[in-house]
Amino acid sequence: MMINNETAISLRDLSFRWSPAEPPVLQIPLLDIVRGERLFLYGPSGSGKTTLLNLLAGVIKPQGGELRLLGQALNRFSQRQRDAFRARHIGVIFQQFNLIPYLNVLDNVLLSAQFARLPLAESRQRAEHLLDALGLSITLLDQPARQLSVGQQQRVAVARALVTRPEILIADEPTSALDSDSRAAFMQVLLDTAAEINCTIVFVSHDRSLQPFFSRVLDIRELGNTSHVEASC
Amino acid sequence: MLIKLARLSLWNRRATASLTLASLIISVALVLGIDHLRVQAKKSFSQTLSGTDLIVGARSGQLNLLLYSVFRIGNATNNITWQSFQELSRHSAVEWTVPLSLGDSHRGYRVLGTTAAYFEHYRYGQQRPLVFAEGKPFAGVYDAVLGAEVARKLHYQLGDELVLAHGSGAVNLHHHDDKPFRVTGILQPTGTPVDRTVHISLAGIEAIHLDWQQGMPIPGQTVSADAALQQDLTPKNITAILVGLKSRAATFTVQRQVNQYPQEPLLAILPGVALTELWQMLSVVENVLYLISVMVLLAVLIGMMTSLLASMNERQREIAILRAVGAGAGYLFLLIELEVLLLIVLALVGGVLLLTGSLWIAQPVLAEQFGLFIDINPLQPQTFYLLGGILGLAALMGLIPAFSAYRRALSDGLAQRL
Repeated sequence: MMINNETAISLRDLSFRWSPAEPPVLQIPLLDIVRGERLFLYGPSGSGKTTLLNLLAGVIKPQGGELRLLGQALNRFSQRQRDAFRARHIGVIFQQFNLIPYLNVLDNVLLSAQFARLPLAESRQRAEHLLDALGLSITLLDQPARQLSVGQQQRVAVARALVTRPEILIADEPTSALDSDSRAAFMQVLLDTAAEINCTIVFVSHDRSLQPFFSRVLDIRELGNTSHVEASC
Repeated sequence: MLIKLARLSLWNRRATASLTLASLIISVALVLGIDHLRVQAKKSFSQTLSGTDLIVGARSGQLNLLLYSVFRIGNATNNITWQSFQELSRHSAVEWTVPLSLGDSHRGYRVLGTTAAYFEHYRYGQQRPLVFAEGKPFAGVYDAVLGAEVARKLHYQLGDELVLAHGSGAVNLHHHDDKPFRVTGILQPTGTPVDRTVHISLAGIEAIHLDWQQGMPIPGQTVSADAALQQDLTPKNITAILVGLKSRAATFTVQRQVNQYPQEPLLAILPGVALTELWQMLSVVENVLYLISVMVLLAVLIGMMTSLLASMNERQREIAILRAVGAGAGYLFLLIELEVLLLIVLALVGGVLLLTGSLWIAQPVLAEQFGLFIDINPLQPQTFYLLGGILGLAALMGLIPAFSAYRRALSDGLAQRL
């Protein structure tokens, strides 16, 4: 698979609507995100943040325009190809409830490695290393995810998203369930572990106090209005 | 991983899942049990008597004659005279005849008066003859041959004495206690009513009734056992006759001749035809039972489907997570379908175990009360078709929640609407 080293994500005249009768929820004439970039996207609810993340993750498909990830035209992929692409190249972190409650911590992390078809022993080693780097005790590995605190769960979610060494990490307000003290610490370990593998981050939030952690900040409403958005770095 | 997820997901919802499982187990046991009873009853019925071409009795109904002569159920409405028996025995087409005389009992087991020819000509199953486990056929007037169950249940051994009672109930007011019988033979189990029969000679029947009239002892007139031996013990009446013909082709001719016998009203039946007719009568009940059990199974499967569909809402989170790590909609479809299969396989195993346990408990009762000899092992070759059918039906109904998961996976995306 040829991977374009410069542009991680590239959008051209992208439009998406849930049904043909409705107006498009998202229209983005142009957006380029360079590899290793840490993008902070903000906007009020209903501005299409989640829709954009679903598009980038390949869960839904745009009706018009071009969507390129790592040089691959995702808009021309079949559903199955997009699922496989997501498993291999994209990590996802939600606001909360990232883990399957009845699986233990290690199995939750290895879940994404399984779908990415990575060798198990190697992934296991990497999972343990990641959990350790994220400040989670080794004694937690065998515990069911439901017994963890919210903060611990979110850190396990980071390990789950990064265990496959994805090129792109998509995070949907992962700090919203955390209190302000642990928020900064969480952001720091998230960005540090992502930086280790030169992972491109698309981070969506309405909490603009997190802005300083990022290399580029965008208002999602401007994406639609502006005909041309320049990469800032 | 798929299997682990399905297993743990079920375990996570073990409260509702175990209720669903319990109802599935019961309905599987019900369906299998009814099927098993049907097959066993049919087998037990159709193999009770073979090798006999005609059964002759006093004119009544075909089923009545079959029931009392073969199954020892109910009573004869009338008797046959000894002359008729002798005349039939001399018929040119008849190879052998076995007289049967019923009416007495021993502690709930029927007593059958007959001749030694009975042990020679009676056949059951695939033309299997009666075999003596111990001893030999009766020779003297006060000799008795016991069926396997009689000997086992009442702990009789060769040489033991037993007292017969008048009538066929379990509790009798009148006992022939002045003329005890001695066990000379015990038969091997056959799985037919023979097991529950006490066989004595026709002379024995005659001897114990010498001092009786119209079903009651004659007051003040008793004949001792030894004195009875001095009298003429040729029977005046018998209850039924088993007839073997020289050629099967003559069956209908002889049957017509017996039915038109001028001296007394007789009825000759073909055991095979009568057994089939009896079976068809019972098959209406059998089919209704079958229908009910299938309905129960269907209701339980719909219940399982409902609970799975209801669980889809609480599992939306799970679905979103699996989608996020790269699970396709097809994977989620398989996951739900696998859960259904896991549940149903557990139910099938549980149902078979439950049924086997129930049969193990019920078998002696069924044999004692209803004369049904049931195999404890419910797994016959055709049972596997039934099990496969249930599995297939469940898998088919599991498609609905599985398809719902598939649709949700595609339409909800990664959104966690809670």
